[in-house]
Amino acid sequence: MIEVKELEKMAVEIRKRTVEIIHKASGGHTGGSLSAVDILVALHFGVMNIDPKNPQMKGRDRFIMSKGHSVESYYSTLEKRGFISPELLDTYGAFNSKLTGHPTRKIPGIEVNSGALGHGLSVGVGLALAAKRSGETYRTYVLMGDGEHGEGSIMEAAASAGHYRLDNLVAIIDRNKLQISGRTEDVCAIDDLEGKYRACGWAVIHCDGHNMAELLKTFQMAASQKDKPTFIIAHTVKGKGVSFMEDRAVWHHKVPTKEQVEQAFAELDKRMEEIEHA
Amino acid sequence: MPETVIPCRKAFTETILREAQNNPDIFVVTSDARGSVTLDDFANTLPNQFVEVGIAEQNAVGVGAGLALAGKNVFVCGPACFYTARSLEQVKVDVAYSRTSVKIFGVSGGVSYGALGASHHSLHDIAVMRTFPEMNVYLPADRFQTEKLAQHLAHSDEAAYIRVGRNPVPDVYTASDPFSPGKGNVLTEGSDVAIIATGETVYHALQAEKQLKQMGIHAMVIDMHTLKPFDEELVLKAARLTGHIVTVEEHSIYGGLGGLVAEIVTQNHPAKMKIIGIPDENVINAKPLEIFEYYGLTASTICKQAVGVLK
Repeated sequence: MIEVKELEKMAVEIRKRTVEIIHKASGGHTGGSLSAVDILVALHFGVMNIDPKNPQMKGRDRFIMSKGHSVESYYSTLEKRGFISPELLDTYGAFNSKLTGHPTRKIPGIEVNSGALGHGLSVGVGLALAAKRSGETYRTYVLMGDGEHGEGSIMEAAASAGHYRLDNLVAIIDRNKLQISGRTEDVCAIDDLEGKYRACGWAVIHCDGHNMAELLKTFQMAASQKDKPTFIIAHTVKGKGVSFMEDRAVWHHKVPTKEQVEQAFAELDKRMEEIEHA
Repeated sequence: MPETVIPCRKAFTETILREAQNNPDIFVVTSDARGSVTLDDFANTLPNQFVEVGIAEQNAVGVGAGLALAGKNVFVCGPACFYTARSLEQVKVDVAYSRTSVKIFGVSGGVSYGALGASHHSLHDIAVMRTFPEMNVYLPADRFQTEKLAQHLAHSDEAAYIRVGRNPVPDVYTASDPFSPGKGNVLTEGSDVAIIATGETVYHALQAEKQLKQMGIHAMVIDMHTLKPFDEELVLKAARLTGHIVTVEEHSIYGGLGGLVAEIVTQNHPAKMKIIGIPDENVINAKPLEIFEYYGLTASTICKQAVGVLK
């Protein structure tokens, strides 16, 4: 089992790479990419049974990036995990790049094309149900946004997951409390999320979405859940890791300038030192 | 029509059940529509390959895509009107764009629901489905062709939309007639005018051909059961041979079979055309066949329009 400290260091490196490729591409979803990094790292390095040498490995765990716009930190995670080469990631934003601005199955390690919100959980239900019906033991993880929870189709999916008692399905919400227009609870309230999922027959766990040890523990708890799917409310900060981006809706898809990239790198390097000396 | 003639939807589900009994990877998903699709036998015989999600078409398509990503060949089944509108984004992204092995089987399509109103009609489905890359589109003409199509789809990993009607339709084919997806069928030879039809209108086109023959006009009737990929070669052959084309479809006159044929002939071999379909209005309250007659989708009007296009 990989050490928590190592995962924390990877998360810093992935944040740097995320900021870098968004700047280079002159476009991207900065805030939501950064809030999801620790969840992505925990899953791809600490939780899921996946193999970059064999992306289609039978029995692999499945991950669906339902909040597809956070693609920059997702691609950067896949690069770190060995699914995407650095050369390929460097083409992000370039003419006719293989890397679309939302995830596609053409890229190794990615299971389904996303980008339209409110789709991923249904697809996850299908994958989890297929495992149940065919006696396979893989687990399915779906990462959603909180703004995404305005989409009613998610509740259709949640109800069916509860109905079929899919204890091999884990949904995570990146609860950074912001969407493009402002606070989720001001735009059009989505709470009580816990109550909604419980009513659909889910187990619900809250966790600090930036605490690596807590994330790993939470995924372990989800894995031992019987007869119910698990909904993890990961409390996060939009723009996490870069002070001037944190908790500001304007950074939803704002592109950092060269100076801002340097400032972000300085802050993230400092964070790296803190981890190393902890 | 003899009572032994089953509706196309039943021909489809009976075939899929037979195929699924020999292939545990064939799955059916439905949205509280097992009765209208005729899936009771499938649900009772193969419960492990049957998924019910309740009245939730968006979820049905998404779940279908997930099953397909796990290696299943999935038939998502329900009323055509809902699957081609309510869950259209799931069809676009999770099926076509993600290129999953999902077949959307739309039943009671077109104006099958008669007086139930525009909410239940699907006269836009060819237009929307054909613009999604990777999505095949089929409108079989009768029970025999539907069975052959279902057999083909049970062994294919394509993404597809299939539309059939609700009621039994007269046979156009026999059980032994071959079926080739993507290749239109020339049902009668003739060089004066071509009548190109799809789905339930094929039968009416054949009736029109008989009337035209009595008037000394020889029509080439073509069944375009596959709207995508489209048999451009056959359309051009008809355009070259006859120079006059009438299209007949249970669909809006916008963006359907007529539009498809026009796109091809105008760019390659212009022919005089008449597009018969449902005009840009909410259809009258009537029984399906009465609606066909009212809007000129039956023999006498097809015949009249064929004569008109020849003038």
